[in-house]
Amino acid sequence: MSCDEIKDLLDAFVDGELDLRSNVAVEGHLNECAACAGEVEGRMELRQAIGEADLYFPAPREVRQRIRRSLRTRWIPRVWWSVPVAAALALVFVLAPRPGSTAMEQAVVSGHVRSLMPNHLMDVPSSDSHTVKPWFNGKVDFSPPVKDLKADGFTLVGGRLDYLQDRTVAALVYQRRKHLINVFLWPSSRADSGVTAETRQGYNLLHWTRSGFEYWAVSDLNLQELGEFERLLRE
Amino acid sequence: MEDRKKSVRFEQEILPHLDAAHNLARWLTGNDADAADVVQEASLRALSFFDGFRGGDARAWLLRIVRNTCYTWLRQNRVDKMTSFDEAVHDVAGSAEDPERRTLARADRRMLQQAIEELPMEFREALVLREIEDLSYKDIAHVSGVPIGTVMSRLARARKLLRDRLSGEVIP
Repeated sequence: MSCDEIKDLLDAFVDGELDLRSNVAVEGHLNECAACAGEVEGRMELRQAIGEADLYFPAPREVRQRIRRSLRTRWIPRVWWSVPVAAALALVFVLAPRPGSTAMEQAVVSGHVRSLMPNHLMDVPSSDSHTVKPWFNGKVDFSPPVKDLKADGFTLVGGRLDYLQDRTVAALVYQRRKHLINVFLWPSSRADSGVTAETRQGYNLLHWTRSGFEYWAVSDLNLQELGEFERLLRE
Repeated sequence: MEDRKKSVRFEQEILPHLDAAHNLARWLTGNDADAADVVQEASLRALSFFDGFRGGDARAWLLRIVRNTCYTWLRQNRVDKMTSFDEAVHDVAGSAEDPERRTLARADRRMLQQAIEELPMEFREALVLREIEDLSYKDIAHVSGVPIGTVMSRLARARKLLRDRLSGEVIP
């Protein structure tokens, strides 16, 4: 092969993309032709320089997290309506309130389960606390504190109005991995209280009063992490 | 259940290639913020196309979506960056011997990055996929949607431009 023909193959040669026959032909030519050998060397040097310069731009952590979050919120609505949710609903309807349970606790659990039904979770689907908070304006006669706990692994996914015991309340929805947390809150004249925990029908409930608001947090998330969530919310 | 399976498969097969996706988007858009937006949009697109993914090279499959998202995005937002190859601007005449070739090894990271960034888009794309992402010609052809022969000629031109550029830069 002539130099011109060989030159057309040099890039594929350094990239290891030639078939065996052409490869042998190029190698043979390089042994005899210093000009072509220099061409190959130049390409190898370029490769080496690029390799050594560390020109790779991996996805930064926050980009990675943002994508995971946006993917999750996208597929979650239909995932909920699957076996665990159906099972949870069945439980709620089958199990009568246990003796000693208060009506409010029952209402909180029912409110949580109801919210898991398709299209019932959010009236304002947003992870931005500055979108969620104003959304309540004019819908309730109070302005609920809305905290963004994304950095701590509890992502705000939205909010809605709900009714607990004939009272309109704000419901904020957070997510921890695949677990959803409903936070029900409304103004209260009670003094600040510590948190009380209870497990009901497989859901964990936390209740506290803080800065003129009564809070109920309910989730199938384990009690330990739910407690962590509550602490972050109170801070 | 289908959705749950799909989401798990997507996380396992596609998300490991987010670095590659970001790297390509970063090189094509030229900055971090744009790359982040493009990768996010491309990931959502990938999820909606995921039913059509029949196995094979997940990285090339994702990169093709990233690449196309980049082009659409740049057309809409950054027309000035859609530089295409222009012989008049890039003087590629007079090639064979380059006496400054040896100086290439001394090209530092910043110069090298800048030189690659200044390559016309399709050449930059081919070069990044080959030299930085280490894809085969076949995969590059898939990502860029061109025949393998075109990949080969783009790479040859990209390397030529780059070496000329870098040799020129380091002449004292």
